[in-house]
Amino acid sequence: MIWNEKVECLPPDQLAALQLERLQALTAYVLKKSPVYPKKFKEAKVSAGDVKALADIKRLPFTRKTDLRDTYPFGMFCVPSREVAEIHASSGTTGNPTVVGYTTSDLKLWGEVMARTLCVAGVVKGDIVQNAYGYGLFTGGLGIHYGALEMGVPVLPMSSGVSKRQLKLMHDFKTTVLTCTPSYALYLAEEAKEEGYDPKDAPVRIGVLGAEPWSENMRREIEAVWGMQALDIYGLSEIIGPGVAQECPEKHGLHICSDVFFPEVIDPRTGEEVGEGKDGELVITTLTKEALPLIRYRTGDIVSISRSPCRCGRTSPRISKIKGRTDDMLIIRGINVFPSQIETVLLQVEGTRPHYLLVVDRVKGLDTLEIQVEVSPEAFSDEIRRMQDLRDKIRHEIHGVLGIVVDVKLVEPKTIERSQGKAKRVIDKRKI
Amino acid sequence: MNVTQLSIFLENRSGRLAEVTEILGRNGINIRALSLADTSDFGILRVIVNDPVKATAILKKEGFTVSETDVLAIEVEDRPGGLAGVLKILSTESVNVEYMYAFLEKRTENALIIFRIEEIERTAAILRKHGIRILSGKDLYNL
Repeated sequence: MIWNEKVECLPPDQLAALQLERLQALTAYVLKKSPVYPKKFKEAKVSAGDVKALADIKRLPFTRKTDLRDTYPFGMFCVPSREVAEIHASSGTTGNPTVVGYTTSDLKLWGEVMARTLCVAGVVKGDIVQNAYGYGLFTGGLGIHYGALEMGVPVLPMSSGVSKRQLKLMHDFKTTVLTCTPSYALYLAEEAKEEGYDPKDAPVRIGVLGAEPWSENMRREIEAVWGMQALDIYGLSEIIGPGVAQECPEKHGLHICSDVFFPEVIDPRTGEEVGEGKDGELVITTLTKEALPLIRYRTGDIVSISRSPCRCGRTSPRISKIKGRTDDMLIIRGINVFPSQIETVLLQVEGTRPHYLLVVDRVKGLDTLEIQVEVSPEAFSDEIRRMQDLRDKIRHEIHGVLGIVVDVKLVEPKTIERSQGKAKRVIDKRKI
Repeated sequence: MNVTQLSIFLENRSGRLAEVTEILGRNGINIRALSLADTSDFGILRVIVNDPVKATAILKKEGFTVSETDVLAIEVEDRPGGLAGVLKILSTESVNVEYMYAFLEKRTENALIIFRIEEIERTAAILRKHGIRILSGKDLYNL
């Protein structure tokens, strides 16, 4: 089932015409309404009339995560707060989260693209969606939820965690679609086995899995253990949340809703477009959003793009699975983590800038983060109790900032390897 | 009057304690008393040595995290209930003992106990009032 066949199967020339029309309207809109873009356009020496063809998008300025942080909380919103219907936020590096806002029509758009997304994954009327993405400030849970509402399929707002209950309701309610991170899908399968039953007996037939990078190997593992189609979903809260792109059962890339989220793939160093099939940074322009429209937003995700026809009939271009990041961002249990966030916490707790090492691993399908911290002379005490307090405080503060539970291990000075005077900050042992 | 104790942070790795004691031994430092407190991840070695200034310098140079702490060395009668008597006094006076450990060798007929206490001056005064002998660093280092 194709949710919005008229748009999703538009012939390429008509799609391009629609995109251009929307891009022109967008540039006029942000120049009138945005507190930020008129200045950015001026610096880039472009005006609304300069966008005569789609290729002219290259003349428009980039938008970066720092633009959002620098204008915290609502400085990039194009509507007054009384017109904002919903606000989400993700954890921040220096205490300030990245804040995104939606008007009522933005929420309608979110429901629309998520309904398309569920259909791309093969969800049909009669399915029951068990939504195990986190509800709350994180966009994952509510995004899926709005899509299910729009599409008219029952949704179980489970949120993440409470695995035993997830398994019981999955069994009792006969849910057929599981939405969660791929690592949680594996973890749930392990839990099911420990509870004494075979996950393959569960009626779940489709997994809409994302919010973290995963490999073909992991897909095979999930499909084998659950007996389901495991399909990749892509999104980021700055653009809208989940609903930006979704893999169809053909499994050769994620269809991007390009009539509303215009994709470019660029060389992150030069900013120049790379060709079809070449790896580069995904840049997205939101063509129709009201509260927080973003022009040429640098996602930091490395992908390639394909415009070849897909047997599912959709004409939208497809992005590859995320192949990496342009920065040092880690994704742990679906949460974006920058080493600098952890450094900031350590600085606050210890009072000095300690050497530290992040060891990321995946145990029973679930990501783990161990933070090894060298004990500075300032933080050292002869009393075990105080050292344990120090460790617990670091753990607690990091949980406060990132929202994930971490292990903190205090280690001796100079035990963390330095390479060319600069410490290696991350060891990622996950076999993704 | 106070005795200087060195505290050394150690990860729970095999051979780590051997390395510290080897370094001290190689540099002619004699350990007079020691106590090891540990958790599943790390431990803290506390030692009284014959030359704390030199030992601190050596260990720091070797890359260890070392701190110096003032502790009380108290003479306790070497008989059943000897230690209990001292602890009762401290308890009555609301003195909180962070930790304590016994000395390896004896100078007299009495046993020697190292006490780690926050209010070190007040405690020393209380114990002296009860006729309990407190040893100085100089007494101990050259024992």
